[in-house]
Amino acid sequence: MEVLSSNLERTFDQCAELLRDLTFPTVAAWKQEHPGAKVIGYFPVYAPSEIIHACGMLPVALHGAGDGLELQHADARFGSFICSIVKSTLELAMTDRLAQMDGLLFSTICDSARNLAWVIKRNQPGIYVDFLHLPHNPNGTASHVFLASEYRRLIGHLEELSGNKITDEALRNSIAIYNENRRLLTRLYDFRMEHPERLRTWELYVLMRAGNFIPVETHNEWLRGVLEELPGRTGKKRDAIRVVIEGSFCEQPPLDLIKVMEEAGCTIADDDFILGRRWFNADIPVEGDPLMNMAESYQDRSVYSSVRHDFRNPRHKQLLEKVKHAKAQAVVFLTAKFCEPACFDYVLFKRELEAAKIPHLPLEFEEKAYTFDRFRMEVETFVESLLFE
Amino acid sequence: MATSEKMEYRGQIHQLQKDMMVEWYQKLNESALTGKPPAVSLMISGNCIELLEAFDLLPLYPEVNALQLAIRRQSLEPILIAEEMGYATDNCAYVKADIGAMVKGITPAGGKLPVASLALCNFVGCNVYTKWFEHIAEFQKSPLFMLDVPFLRTDSPSKDDIAYVVRQLHDLVKELEKISGKKFDMDRFREAVRNSAKVEDLWSQIKHLSKKKPSPFDAFFDCISLMGPLYVYRANPRGVHFFEVALKEYQDMVARGQGTFEKEKYRVVLEGPPPYPFFRTFRDMFAKWGACAVASTYSTVGGLWEFGFRHDPAEPFEAIALHMIENNVTNRNYLQRYDQIRKYVDEWEADGLIIHFVKSCRLFSAGQGDMRDYFTKELGIPTLYLESDIEDPRYFSEAQIKNRMDAFFESLGHAPARTAAQLSAGRAGSGIPMVPVQSPKLRVLN
Repeated sequence: MEVLSSNLERTFDQCAELLRDLTFPTVAAWKQEHPGAKVIGYFPVYAPSEIIHACGMLPVALHGAGDGLELQHADARFGSFICSIVKSTLELAMTDRLAQMDGLLFSTICDSARNLAWVIKRNQPGIYVDFLHLPHNPNGTASHVFLASEYRRLIGHLEELSGNKITDEALRNSIAIYNENRRLLTRLYDFRMEHPERLRTWELYVLMRAGNFIPVETHNEWLRGVLEELPGRTGKKRDAIRVVIEGSFCEQPPLDLIKVMEEAGCTIADDDFILGRRWFNADIPVEGDPLMNMAESYQDRSVYSSVRHDFRNPRHKQLLEKVKHAKAQAVVFLTAKFCEPACFDYVLFKRELEAAKIPHLPLEFEEKAYTFDRFRMEVETFVESLLFE
Repeated sequence: MATSEKMEYRGQIHQLQKDMMVEWYQKLNESALTGKPPAVSLMISGNCIELLEAFDLLPLYPEVNALQLAIRRQSLEPILIAEEMGYATDNCAYVKADIGAMVKGITPAGGKLPVASLALCNFVGCNVYTKWFEHIAEFQKSPLFMLDVPFLRTDSPSKDDIAYVVRQLHDLVKELEKISGKKFDMDRFREAVRNSAKVEDLWSQIKHLSKKKPSPFDAFFDCISLMGPLYVYRANPRGVHFFEVALKEYQDMVARGQGTFEKEKYRVVLEGPPPYPFFRTFRDMFAKWGACAVASTYSTVGGLWEFGFRHDPAEPFEAIALHMIENNVTNRNYLQRYDQIRKYVDEWEADGLIIHFVKSCRLFSAGQGDMRDYFTKELGIPTLYLESDIEDPRYFSEAQIKNRMDAFFESLGHAPARTAAQLSAGRAGSGIPMVPVQSPKLRVLN
């Protein structure tokens, strides 16, 4: 794998280039280096990458096509009122851009994504397409047992596809490597929260998202490298408001939109971009039964999300905690158009924020958007209303 | 040529159905006033009414409230109230109508609706259910029970899938004991399941009668009327009586050679929910052409029984799990729905397929363009694709839908009849794995 530049600015630019490239060059390189090895692409939000990794496969997190793809097939198949990422993912598949993937994984996040799995299955009969039922009932232990069985079902298919057997030892090793990845990302998030002027959100974002397309070991090296460089970096503090971004856990806003938000006066103290990469708020235990450890962590040690249901600790309460922890003054809802889980959650988030007198700004985006004048104006107006109130 | 026919056959069961549903609303009103019997809100898809019946608890279906509001043209006001609360224009309007009506105390029948003693979210396929019930619980301060049903992502449910649901059902029983103040009685539960099995058998016989030419009823519009008793009274002897009457009535019609219309000109399969705010208008568009729905997927939301599944009183918990996981259209995967529709077209001998895309329901609608592609290009079945909404009157364009419908039936009138051989030839080229609609492992009541 290509080594990134020791210059931080160049590193971030390289990462940005990587996530714009719809030919998945790093995946092609990995396949060349590992003849016969398989690649599993997964649709957001979360997939148990540890299992794919332990099987000697490369997990690739798919995140739509941004504004890089004109829809020729997907619009006719998914029609109106369906979010962009569902259509762009189908378009990627139908234009052979996912040809490097030997399998595609989907999960229980929303109705559109679920139907997409089967539409892809019909239109791409040559590849392995699977759907994981990630449980929604957090009470009791029934969900742990079920999810472990669901992981075993997945393992059966992956073993067949790869010809490799997954051992508990290999799983523990993969869990440890992904724990490390999440810890490094957490350190970067903490650094950004503390020193936003020294690590811009768009930089953190592209660095994190580059991990979608490269082996986790390489990503860990990159993250460590950046963490070593950061303390020596300087940056100017600006007049800005500290905000938490909520709602971009699945379809991703255009990179330029994130930049526009920062330019318009937002210091992003926390966000839920590509949430699947930071899914757990504590390490998955390495010792013991690895599948039960993964299942228990999913249920009891995950971050809150609009697509995971845990009524023991409602999301709207957790958003308030997040705002407090980030010392944020406001919340910006950056919601993908037609994203039903995010739209529903907004109702209770809004009620809770209003009760706590925390201002918020709802914005709606599509991944294919490329002009942001209206966004800039709305954000600037919001920022000014708080800076000069 | 279009006929001028507007009215369709309406027998005694339509009145009986009305009486039973009015009585249910009266009970809900009584429950709201006295707290007795306690009400449990739950979803239609794969509903476990048998457990409620065993505890004498009253079912409260938010979906039925929503559709009643829409069919009475009362849905827009609560939808707008919900949008003021922060719901998006793109959120399911069923939820918006129900929540808007709830916070403003609007009810479809004018009486009161009780606060649910338990919000039982039977998550069967529809992800919106999870949000809807979270919100009901939040706004009504009702306890929430999340019954997580694994989506049918394999040909048939695994032992792990069934065990997971059964474990949760046992947890649910403990909750229902608390709410009702009654101990769980296995014999009563079995009796409820036995009633359901009888109703399912009658319902299934009815649904196969629409294979007759002419069909004695419309398997979309008339089935929607029958679905009320099917979900509210299925586990009760009154449900058995109702469906005995219904079957007899339709059998008599068949014996007389009587159809839905004086002259049945076209037989179609309908995919998707109806536009409830324009239910009558929509129906008239079919009646104008003498077009009868001989099968529909919407009538299998609550349960899919015409291919053999019955609740088994010998293993009632497992039966409920199988109903929820495998035997309702919403928890089955999308290609299994293609297969279900294909069977309808073949075995019910339909001339075409009408797909009704509703904006609110992505479970039904996301990907229906691909479905159209499959039925037209792979199978060569005439297919019409319409768009509107199940609940929100703002998304129904009457002139546009009427024009498309007229053009479709006009062209169908000129199309040469397809032969069975043509149908099979079309199928051979499909990319769909031929999954049987009904798993051979299923228990079938003899």
